[in-house]
Amino acid sequence: MTSISGRAWVFGDGVNTDVMAPGLFFKAPLEVLAAHCMEAIEPAFAANIVVGDIVVAGRNFGVGSAREQAPMALQHLGVGAILAESYGRIFYRNALSFGIPTLLFPQAGEIVAGDELVIDPLAGRIENRTRAKMYTVAGLPEHLMAMVSAGGLMPYLKQRLSAQGAS
Amino acid sequence: MGYSIAQKIIARAAGRDSVTPGEIVTCSVDLALLLDSGGPRRIWPRLKELGAGVWDPDKIVVVTDHFTPAVDAESAAILQLTRDFVREFEIPRFFDMQGIGHVVLTENGFVQPGMFACGGDSHSSNGGAFGCYMVGFGAIEMTGVVVTGEIWLQVPETVRVNWSGAFGPGVAAKDIMLMLCRELGINNAFKVIEFGGDTVAGMTMNERATLTNMAAEMGAETGIVEPDDTTLAAIRAGGQHPDAAALDWCSDADTDYEAVHNFVATELAPQVAAPHSPANSGPVGEVTNVRVDQAYIGACVGAKLSDLHMVAEVLNGRTVAGGTRLLIAPASQQVIVDATTDGTMKILVDAGAYLLPTGCGACAALGAGILAEDEVCISSTNRNFKGRMGANSASVYLGSPYTVAASAVAGQIADPREMLV
Ligand code: SF4
Repeated sequence: MTSISGRAWVFGDGVNTDVMAPGLFFKAPLEVLAAHCMEAIEPAFAANIVVGDIVVAGRNFGVGSAREQAPMALQHLGVGAILAESYGRIFYRNALSFGIPTLLFPQAGEIVAGDELVIDPLAGRIENRTRAKMYTVAGLPEHLMAMVSAGGLMPYLKQRLSAQGAS
Repeated sequence: MGYSIAQKIIARAAGRDSVTPGEIVTCSVDLALLLDSGGPRRIWPRLKELGAGVWDPDKIVVVTDHFTPAVDAESAAILQLTRDFVREFEIPRFFDMQGIGHVVLTENGFVQPGMFACGGDSHSSNGGAFGCYMVGFGAIEMTGVVVTGEIWLQVPETVRVNWSGAFGPGVAAKDIMLMLCRELGINNAFKVIEFGGDTVAGMTMNERATLTNMAAEMGAETGIVEPDDTTLAAIRAGGQHPDAAALDWCSDADTDYEAVHNFVATELAPQVAAPHSPANSGPVGEVTNVRVDQAYIGACVGAKLSDLHMVAEVLNGRTVAGGTRLLIAPASQQVIVDATTDGTMKILVDAGAYLLPTGCGACAALGAGILAEDEVCISSTNRNFKGRMGANSASVYLGSPYTVAASAVAGQIADPREMLV
């Protein structure tokens, strides 16, 4: 997995999955749902995000519902990586299962909206180019590296099933 | 040092003698709950992509609840796909339009002490009331479960929460959970909340399930209650036969808990959580002059038979205030049957309640009863995030069934104790 670079979108604590994927648009196709991602708290998000941009958040990012449409909407909009102080557990697992690099970042509060970030998810290196600062955080857990590197759970399951088929 | 019931179940499911918090293990799954929301509609296309089938149809339970009854072409298609999936993979335990999955599961005695179960929904922790380790995952991970019968887990710490003493009138398990969301916070990822003490031991299974259901609101891995005779009686009432050794699943006396908290139920006042978080809670007396457009009794957590009994206790001989609507979506068909048989339903409709079909309803803005712009709702559901029940500008307060019913009568958020004396 190569490094990821993009602008930071900064959110506070406790951003929940209902806000990322509102139930009102649940039956709509992903592109419609994604257009309303974060609308309740940051109406400009879906329209202005650029592919590769990075979501930076405080504590308990993705708390709440198990809806996988939350990370799917972020991925559809082009989010390159997620950095937060802590995560809702199902969101964290879902995001990794979609192959989105999702790192614990205790110093998330030091990032300002629009900062240029470069991230190496496996090594756990985060560079803030705008403020010329480097951070080292825990890289992806070892048992998940294979899955995230493969691009997520689906490609990983494919590898596993074809290995079984071959043996 | 001893082990908690959660650690013992994980160790058994992982084929290990013991496990330590923090380590990563792979567990075999005894039961997988799939709902119409994140179940077949999201899993089946992935099975096709993988060219794979389901690992064990006998270990899967499928329930339609989020999109029932069909109200438009999309929900009809989702339900149809769910039925086709069940037929294709010959899944014997399918409950179509019978109620909310978490409640259907417990009503049928399917979750039993010592099981390692998972569900494609965050409130899967509901099943933990029965002394099993039941935990929610997203549909992508449930795809992995359905194909392999396995899931990875980082062994969680256990936090023990003891409650002692009897509730005062108008206070219920829901008030415990709204209070705990505030006191212990909603950031308990990778922790199991184990509920105990004489208050919990004296609770019905419905009330215990309210505790474990809302462990999800605390952000926990799951919630759990050690099994006892009440647990086994409920499983038998569901038509199942619990293992003779079921009561051996319990925490050791010298369990190494991450923390132990002791609370007294006698002192607890009815709680209300203000918008937009379950942690934004306080005694009902602190919420004054909040006019209510809609009072909602619904969801896996707040529309079981015991919840309707609480509502009826308040509504008996009273009527819903003008300008306020009281909507009731019972948690299952069985609840409708039981509440009709025992006379509860008559009290509810005589008071002016508007009855909705069973299912998730307005809880997640998927079914009937959603809120318009700027409306105010008090709800017996478990979440009040912005936009959760409809318009982003709507305000949702959470309370127990007692408090929701009292507020419907008063037309504003009200203390149920004043109506129960
Ligand atoms: S009733 Fe609400 S909380 Fe319960 S499963 Fe349905 S949507 Fe989720």
